[in-house]
Amino acid sequence: MASLVGSRVERKEDTRFLQGKGRYTADINIANQTYAVFVRSPHARAKIKSVDTSKALKSSGVVGVLTGKEIAEDKIGGLIAGWAIRSEDGSEMKVPANPPLAKDVANFVGEPVAVVFAETLDEAKEGAEKVKVDYKVLKAVVDPAEAMKSDAIHDGVDKNLCYDWLLGDRKAVDEAFAKADKIIKVDLINNRLVPNAMEPRACVVDYNTASEEITLYTTSQNPHLSRLVMSAFGGVAPENKLRVVAPDVGGGFGSKINVYNEEIVCSWASKKIERPIKWVAERTESFLTDTHGRDHVTHAELAVTNDGKFLGFKNETIANLGAYARVFGTVTPTYLFGPCATGVYVIPAAYSNVKAVYTNTAPVDAYRGAGRPEATYTIERLVEKAALELGIDKTEIRMKNFPTQFPFKQTLVHTVDSGDYVAGLEKAKQMADYKGFEARRKKSEANGKLRGIGVSSYFEACGIAPSAAVMSLGCGVGLWESAEVRFNPTGQISVFTGAHSHGQSHDTTFAQIAADELGVPMENIDVVHGDTDKGTFGMGTYGSRSLTVGGIAIVNACKKIVAKGKRVAAKMLEVNEDEIEFKDGEFVALKSNKKKTIGEVAFACYLPGQRDEMKSPIPEGDEPGLIESSFFDPANFSFPAGSHICEVEIDPDTGNVKVEKYTAVDDFGRIVNPMIVEGQVHGGIAQGIGQALHENTQYDETGQLMTASYMDYTMPRADNFPEFNLGFTCTHATSNPLGVKGCGEAGAIASPPTVMNAVIDALGGQEISMPATAEKVWKACKAMKKSNAKAA
Amino acid sequence: MKSFNYHAPKDVKDASKLASSNSAFLAGGMTTIPSMKLGLASYKDVIDIKNIKKLSGIKVSGKSVTIGATTKHAEVAASKDVKKAIPALAKLAGNIGDAQVRNRGTIGGSISNNDPSACYPSACMALNAVIHTNKRKIDADKFFTGMFETALKSGELVEAVEFEIPEKADYQKHPNPASRYAIIGVFVAKHKKDVNVAVTGAKSCVYIDQDLSKKLSSNFSVSAIEGMEVKSSGMNSDMHASAEYRANLVSLYAKKAVEAC
Ligand SMILES: Cc1cc2nc3c(=O)[nH]c(=O)nc-3n(C[C@H](O)[C@H](O)[C@H](O)COP(=O)(O)OP(=O)(O)OC[C@H]3O[C@@H](n4cnc5c(N)ncnc54)[C@H](O)[C@@H]3O)c2cc1C
Repeated sequence: MASLVGSRVERKEDTRFLQGKGRYTADINIANQTYAVFVRSPHARAKIKSVDTSKALKSSGVVGVLTGKEIAEDKIGGLIAGWAIRSEDGSEMKVPANPPLAKDVANFVGEPVAVVFAETLDEAKEGAEKVKVDYKVLKAVVDPAEAMKSDAIHDGVDKNLCYDWLLGDRKAVDEAFAKADKIIKVDLINNRLVPNAMEPRACVVDYNTASEEITLYTTSQNPHLSRLVMSAFGGVAPENKLRVVAPDVGGGFGSKINVYNEEIVCSWASKKIERPIKWVAERTESFLTDTHGRDHVTHAELAVTNDGKFLGFKNETIANLGAYARVFGTVTPTYLFGPCATGVYVIPAAYSNVKAVYTNTAPVDAYRGAGRPEATYTIERLVEKAALELGIDKTEIRMKNFPTQFPFKQTLVHTVDSGDYVAGLEKAKQMADYKGFEARRKKSEANGKLRGIGVSSYFEACGIAPSAAVMSLGCGVGLWESAEVRFNPTGQISVFTGAHSHGQSHDTTFAQIAADELGVPMENIDVVHGDTDKGTFGMGTYGSRSLTVGGIAIVNACKKIVAKGKRVAAKMLEVNEDEIEFKDGEFVALKSNKKKTIGEVAFACYLPGQRDEMKSPIPEGDEPGLIESSFFDPANFSFPAGSHICEVEIDPDTGNVKVEKYTAVDDFGRIVNPMIVEGQVHGGIAQGIGQALHENTQYDETGQLMTASYMDYTMPRADNFPEFNLGFTCTHATSNPLGVKGCGEAGAIASPPTVMNAVIDALGGQEISMPATAEKVWKACKAMKKSNAKAA
Repeated sequence: MKSFNYHAPKDVKDASKLASSNSAFLAGGMTTIPSMKLGLASYKDVIDIKNIKKLSGIKVSGKSVTIGATTKHAEVAASKDVKKAIPALAKLAGNIGDAQVRNRGTIGGSISNNDPSACYPSACMALNAVIHTNKRKIDADKFFTGMFETALKSGELVEAVEFEIPEKADYQKHPNPASRYAIIGVFVAKHKKDVNVAVTGAKSCVYIDQDLSKKLSSNFSVSAIEGMEVKSSGMNSDMHASAEYRANLVSLYAKKAVEAC
C-alpha cells in the first residue's frame, strides 16, 4: 500500500467549508437565548467613579445588567498570564489583576466595564447605551519607549515594568565586542499588528439548570485549556461541570489562545440569569480587544571581524505588553524571542535583555510566529547591514557563519538537532536566480525604478513546548499533547486529538498519518477535536505544535493499537506474537501466511468469540475493546529553518513598493502533505508581507485606536503578492519518530526581514521602519536623490 | 442598528413624498448601511430607490453621456457606450473600491454622499456635468459644496448625471491601501475650448486646480506642467498621507493623466 504521508491528498474539510456548511460558534443558537452586548471603556485610562444601570434595567427587553461589582462579589477570577518570568535581579514579574469586568479603573479603549443581556440583539444594544458610566479620565501611557518614564498605570507596578529579563552573558559579550573590527548597530521597531482572524470572536453559553452544567461554545484554539483556566483561575464552575466546545473556528493566529473577558462573563452570567447567552464580536470590537501581536522597540548590535565572522551579539528590547499580561504575553518576548535572536549563526557570545512594559493599549500576546519573527527580524537586519558595511555578498556572509555540524549547540539556549542551512540557501539562490539580479536591477533602473534584493535565513524553535526544555529554563508549564485512537467494532476509527484545527487541516493530515500507521483507508478515519466532552485533555494548537506534538501522540496511540492487535491476532491465528508481522492493515502469521485484517481483529476485540469457538481471542491479561491513548511530550523543540529571497521594485515618484519575486526554501523535515504545507507557507508569507509593507496599527497619544476598521487598517490582499516560488530541503527531526518539523509559522517568521532587506537594498542601504508604506518610501527616495546629488 | 421603516417605492413621486428630514434614500447602501450599523446615523424612514426603473441606465447622445442615479459602478465600467464615448469614466468606475463595492455602489449615491476621497465628483467637475434632480438641474461646480455636503435640499433626489463628452480625458488615482478610496484622484479632461483638472482626495472637497487647468489649456502637454509645484497648503494631512505627499501626488498624477490622454 502506498504511503499517504507525503502525498497531496485533498483537504477533507474543504467540502464543508467551500459549500458554506461550516458550523461556527455564531451559527449556534439555543432556544430561549439572550443576547449580550458589552459596555466598553471609551477611554484608554480612566477611573470608574460609578456605574448606573437603572435606566438600562428598565429598557425594553433587557433581562439583566451586570458590572465589575457583581463579578467581584461572586469572586470570579480574572484573566491570567500563563508563564512566570523572573527579572535579571531575581525578582518575580509584576502582574496586575485583570478582572473580567473592570471595576475601579479601565486600562484600554474597549475594556469591558458592564454587560447587558436582552431578548434581542437590538434591545441589548439599546440597553447598553443606557448604562451610564462616570469616568475620571487619566493621562494614558501609550508609547512603550516612554512607558518606564511615565506614571505607573497599575498599583504596585513601578515604572510600568513587568520584568527586566536577561538571557546570556553580558561579560562575555563585552569581551567579544572588544575584539571586534566593527560593530554593526540597528534600531528597530517591530510594528504592532492586529491579528484579524476572518471569524470574529464569539461565544454561546448554555447553563443547564438541572445538571448545573455549563456548555460554552467558543472561538478557541484550545478548548481544554480554556476549561482549565475558567475553572481553576476563574472559578466559574468545576471542570466536570463545564464543557467547552470550539467548533469550526475561522482562524486564530494566536488571538484565540486566551480565555477572554466575554467568555468568563457570559459563562458566569448564564448561571446567574438562568438563560442561555449569545455574544458575537463586531469587527471593531475585534480590533479593539483581540490580543494584538509584536510591538517591540529594539536596539541590537553585532560584533564582526573585517572578513565577516560574527563574534558577539547584543539585543536590548522593550516589549509592549499592552494593558495586561495575558496567557503567552510574558513568554513571547522572552523565551520565544531571546533564544532565537542569534539566528542560524555561530555567535560565540550573546545576550538578550528584554524589558516588558505595560501601556494603555490592547493586550499584546502571541501572534503567528510569536517572538520568533521579532528575533529573526533583529538578527537578519543586522546581518544584512553587516554585509553592506563590510562589502561582502549577503549570501556569502551568511554561509560563512552557518554551523557546519548538527546537532548545533547555540550559545544561548537551543541545541538544534538537525538542519542543513547551506543547502537551503544554495537552493534559494538558484531558484531566485540570485546571479541574474544585477541585470534585473539595471533593467528596472532604465525604467526609472529602484530594484532591491533581500535575503533572510532563519530557524525557529516550535512544537511548543517540550517540558524537558522549558523546565530547564525555569519557566514552568511544559506543553505535551494527547491522542486517543478508538476503533469502533465495525472498523471505522475515531482519532481524538487535543490539538485544534482552525485552518491547519487536521481532518486531513491527521487522518493521513493514522491511515498509514493502521493500514486502513483514510475514509475510515474521522478526526475529532474541539470538545472537552470528547477525547482526553489536550493543549490545543499554536506554536506550530499540532503535528510535531499532537500528531506524534496519534502515531504512538496507533502503535499501541497495532501492538494489542498483534497479541489478539496471534491468539486468533494460534501462533506466537513474535511470529506475526503487521503490514498494510493485516496481521500475518509469517510461517503459515494466515492472516487477519485489522478490522477483523477490532471486531474480535469487541465481540470476542463466535459460535463453536472454545477460546476467547482476547489474550490473558488484555481487556476487551480496541482503544488506546497516548500523551506525547517530545524531548526538544522542532527546529525548522530555511532561506527566503525577495525582490522588490520601488517607484520613486510615489514610493509604491511592488514585491516582484518571492522565493522561499524551507526545511520542515518530513512533509505529510505538500499541498497543505505550501498553503501554510503562502499564508505565513502573506502575513509577513503585510507586516513589512502594509499593516500599521496606530494609537493616538490619548490611546484611541486610529486604525480600528478596514477603512484604515491595511490588510494585505492577493494583488499585493507575486506568485510565491516555494522549494524544500529535508533533514529529519530527531526529536520525534516521524522526523517532522512545524511549518505553520515559518512564512511569517522569515518574510518580514526578507522584504525589508530588499526594500532597504533598493534604497541604497537607507534604513526605514516597518511598515514600509508608500509615503515613507517616497520620503526615503527623496533623501536618496538629495544625497546622490550632493555626492555628484 | 436602530430599527426603521423600510420603503421601496416604484416611482420618483412616491419616493419624494416619503422623504422627510428624518429619512434617507438608499441606493447601493455602501455608505448608508455601515454608518447605520456603526450608530453614526439613524433614520425613521429608509427609502430604497433601487426599484425605480427610471433611475437606472446609460444614455449617450452626440454631446453627452447621461447616467441614471442608481446605475452601479460595475455597469458603468462595463458599458460599451461609456467606454467609447468617455473611456476615462469607465476606467474610473472600474477602479472604485473593490468588486463588491462596484457591484452595489451607485453614481447617485456617490455624488450625493460627496466623500472627499470619492472618485466620481472629480469626473463631474472635469466633465462639466449637470446633475438632474427631481426638482432642477445643477451644475457640478455648484453641486459639491463641502465635505460630505452638496447643494441637494432635504428630500431632493438625484435622477441622473449628464457628462459632457470631452476630446480626451483620463483619470489617475492613488488608492488608499486599506479602503481603496482615493488618497488622490486627478481627472484631466480636454474639451474643445479649455482643459479641466479636477482633484479629489486632496482637500475637504473636490476642486478644479486652476493653475494646472490654465497651463494645460494653452498647451496640452506634459512639458507645460513639468516642474510646476502644487502647493500643499490647505491639503488634508492624516495618518494615511501628509499634505506634502498629497501635493506631490497631485502634480505627478496630473502629468500621468495628460500623458495617458
Ligand atoms: C470599501 C469601500 C471602498 C470604496 N472605494 C471607493 C472609491 O475608490 N472611490 C469612490 O468613489 N467611492 C468609493 N466607495 C464609495 C462607493 O463607491 C459608493 O459610491 C458610496 O458608498 C455611495 O454609493 P451608494 O450607492 O452605496 O449609496 P448609499 O450608501 O445608498 O447612499 C449614500 C448617501 O447618498 C444618499 N443617496 C443615495 N442615492 C441618492 C440619490 N439618488 N439622490 C439623493 N441622495 C441619494 C443616501 O441617502 C446616503 O445619504 C467605497 C466604499 C466602500 C465601502
